[in-house]
Amino acid sequence: MIRAVFMRPVALRCVPFALCLLLFAALPAAAMDIERVVSPGGIEAWLVQEDEVPVIVMNVAWRGGTATDEAGKAGVANMVSGLLDEGAGDLSSEQFQRRLDETAARISFSADSDYFNGTLKTLADRKEEAFGLFALAISSPRFDVEAVERIRAQIGSIVARNRESPDWIASDAWYKAALGNHPYALESDGTPETIAKITRDDLLGYTKKTLARDNLKIAVVGPISANELGSLLDRTFGSLPAEASLPDIPDATVAPEGQVIVTVRNFPQSVVLFGTQGLARDDPDFIPAFVMNHILGGGSFSSRLMEEVREKRGLAYSVGTYLNPMKQAAMLMGQVGTKNERVGETLAIVRDEMKRMRDKGVTEEELNDAKTYLTGSYPLRFTSNASIAGQLLGIQLEDLGIDYIDRRNGLIEAVTREDIERVAQRLLRPENLLVSVVGKPNLSPKAEGLPPTDDMAPKPSTHPAEGPQ
Amino acid sequence: MFRSRTFAALPFAALILAVGLGLLFARGGNASDPAPASFTLSNGMNVLVIPDHRAPVVTHMVWYKVGAADETPGKTGIAHFLEHLMFKGTKEIQPGQFSRIVARNGGQDNAFTSYDFTAYFQVIAKDRLPLVMEMEADRMVNLQLTDAEVLPERDVVLEELRMRIENNPMAELQSEMNAALYGEHPFGRDIIGYKDEIAALDTEDALEFYRRFYTPANATLIVAGDITEDELRPLAEQYYGVIAERAPVFHRNRPAVVWPEEDKRIVRRDERVREPTWIRVFPAPSYSAAEGRVTAAFDVLAEILGGGTTSRLYRSVVVRQGLATGAQSWYEGSRLDAGKFGLYALPRVGGDLPDLERAVEAEVALLLEKGVTDEELERAKTVILASTVYARDSQRSMAYSYGEGLMTGLSAEEIHEWPERVREVTKKDVVEAARIIFSGTSSVTGELLPEGRS
Repeated sequence: MIRAVFMRPVALRCVPFALCLLLFAALPAAAMDIERVVSPGGIEAWLVQEDEVPVIVMNVAWRGGTATDEAGKAGVANMVSGLLDEGAGDLSSEQFQRRLDETAARISFSADSDYFNGTLKTLADRKEEAFGLFALAISSPRFDVEAVERIRAQIGSIVARNRESPDWIASDAWYKAALGNHPYALESDGTPETIAKITRDDLLGYTKKTLARDNLKIAVVGPISANELGSLLDRTFGSLPAEASLPDIPDATVAPEGQVIVTVRNFPQSVVLFGTQGLARDDPDFIPAFVMNHILGGGSFSSRLMEEVREKRGLAYSVGTYLNPMKQAAMLMGQVGTKNERVGETLAIVRDEMKRMRDKGVTEEELNDAKTYLTGSYPLRFTSNASIAGQLLGIQLEDLGIDYIDRRNGLIEAVTREDIERVAQRLLRPENLLVSVVGKPNLSPKAEGLPPTDDMAPKPSTHPAEGPQ
Repeated sequence: MFRSRTFAALPFAALILAVGLGLLFARGGNASDPAPASFTLSNGMNVLVIPDHRAPVVTHMVWYKVGAADETPGKTGIAHFLEHLMFKGTKEIQPGQFSRIVARNGGQDNAFTSYDFTAYFQVIAKDRLPLVMEMEADRMVNLQLTDAEVLPERDVVLEELRMRIENNPMAELQSEMNAALYGEHPFGRDIIGYKDEIAALDTEDALEFYRRFYTPANATLIVAGDITEDELRPLAEQYYGVIAERAPVFHRNRPAVVWPEEDKRIVRRDERVREPTWIRVFPAPSYSAAEGRVTAAFDVLAEILGGGTTSRLYRSVVVRQGLATGAQSWYEGSRLDAGKFGLYALPRVGGDLPDLERAVEAEVALLLEKGVTDEELERAKTVILASTVYARDSQRSMAYSYGEGLMTGLSAEEIHEWPERVREVTKKDVVEAARIIFSGTSSVTGELLPEGRS
């Protein structure tokens, strides 16, 4: 569930608290050395050697995720992610899982639209065996009949259960309306029909074409030296094919005409997903858009939407927006959950706030507050080996450069009100919002006939509709 | 676990579908390290320090030993509602400004409520620790509430209830099962409270609860991250040590759990459900109610029986018999008065529950009759002990684990030494744990079914 934030342009009353003195000077971002390790065999990884906790974390990703599935075989990449640790080399599924337990290692794989992801967590003193198991999983998965059928049944169950979830239903309907037949709109786990059709050859084919060396990024954090890692890299990834063979995924844009799609289900609270065309990660306006989104509906408890929808009116527990820059498409998305009776009212507020942002931009105070939060909280992303590894991998995938951590807060600081105004006008089209609702919504902006407070409340509240002043 | 201003019960669906059991085992430290330092301020407030100097960041938490299980009948939901309202304002902080000030200083804040505790935290750069300590101490004493803030927030909580429970058939089943297992005891109701009672809560209810329970002697400060005991002690004295007692010391005096006298079965049919789910829960002691080795044996039992893909339930019910797509067991001991032990299984698409139930029962019977092997015991211990090491990677989960343990009757030493208790568990202990759980107790079985299916 997305969380969001608030921000009202109300001057902070100065109080005898240290906080008035602390208008933040951006902290230096995490002071850490990132080493670019290149193994004797030419495999590159980014390493932060960190000796305090005896846990090594490796995050890897291969370009080529679920979007590479053929339409009639949706779910192949996902099924592979479920099967790599189900038997490899001379180890059966059961033997492999036992070895993992005995080694105390944790291996997991997942496929998202653009990438096939792997994670290895190991205790420092078991790293040789743990990396060995990871190597086996990615280079010689067995796809034995028993394991394939078992995982096929598990995915079938997940796929069926997903269709009970209002979040899943809302998202599926939104992406289909937004992107039509583009691979990003396919069910990434597959459908009951496509899952049934996937063969062992499909699984082997995907693995061979995708798990290669030229589309691979690696991040490692923990008590391990560059030399040790270099050697492990060759043993772990050296036997993969040199080059991947990936299909071209066409670019896509979000359908420009807005509409409200309703999927009627018997939920008392409607799940509302809304969105519009966003910005690619390498767009020069991406960082200004990121700051603009933070003020509109991003991050924490201080966004305009949080203030207007939750704090003032009590319409929702959760409301927020986020940028979703994928490789071949980009979205500005938002989500809110509110009781059916007040969906129209809530959507009207969302549209009003987008319009206000587009027409009037942000105040200097809002911009400063956004900057002190975004820059000051950046180090919080670097407090554990797992979170550092996640950051290092993300920076590589987005091709931001090994010095990005040092540059990043400067990019935020450089954003001006004019930048925000420009991106708001470029992005925000409240009249043409694409909205997907699951529930039994009343779409009228006036919740006519409803008490002004919750239907279960014994006595209607007398507070003004605008909420507290 | 760290949901926005919310309650900290393990969300059931997330728990049973989770691949790992990280949080359940996120406790304990390295036996060669000393336990985290703790001390008590002159006003009775406890303090615990968990150093981790990797990043110049701290997690600052204040835990109150009061939760949903301490509510007065008729006023359920007040512990969680007050948690939301603690962000509204004080004499010094304007309504709604608390989180904004934290954010302006680069920090993140939130709070959570469970049956036995309510806790507030900020994650922030080390040099801002005095700021958040000052603000947290301020709202322990000076909370100000008016209807203008309280009433919209009550609607927010009702939306939270819709999202977590009414929109989620599994959560509704879980509510019914808890009521059946724990009966009249407060663990038998949802942390968030009964809807009609929440809707009737008002400003005075919140202030009354606040004045009764929010007092330094009922609070514990935990700071994890880039901090030492020597650095923390003067700050703790300065900001929290000066707070005068606000209420008499609260001694929890809850009714004992009266376990069900016969097996119960709750069948819930829902038009929103497409695939059935089977769950069974058993009475169990809490971590604090039994000797350490005994409770560690419950965790080892849960791991051997249904911890992962090498477990008995998975090998038998999922792999060999092909009846299920998933099967697990878990032990939930982090509660003050009583815990529970659970089994769950998801049938294959189109599969039925009765066969599945018999297959799960057969595995339990086999374990009771034949015990466990040395290899199973060692593998389970390895997995659990590794979890305690992996947990040390996160300052936040370390702070949470200690806080949860301290609030539910354990000492910092007991939490720290828990891995030792796991190491001591014998095969005999595991069988004894299985007897405590499965023999002579009455269970509650839940079935979640699509409408129109038996």
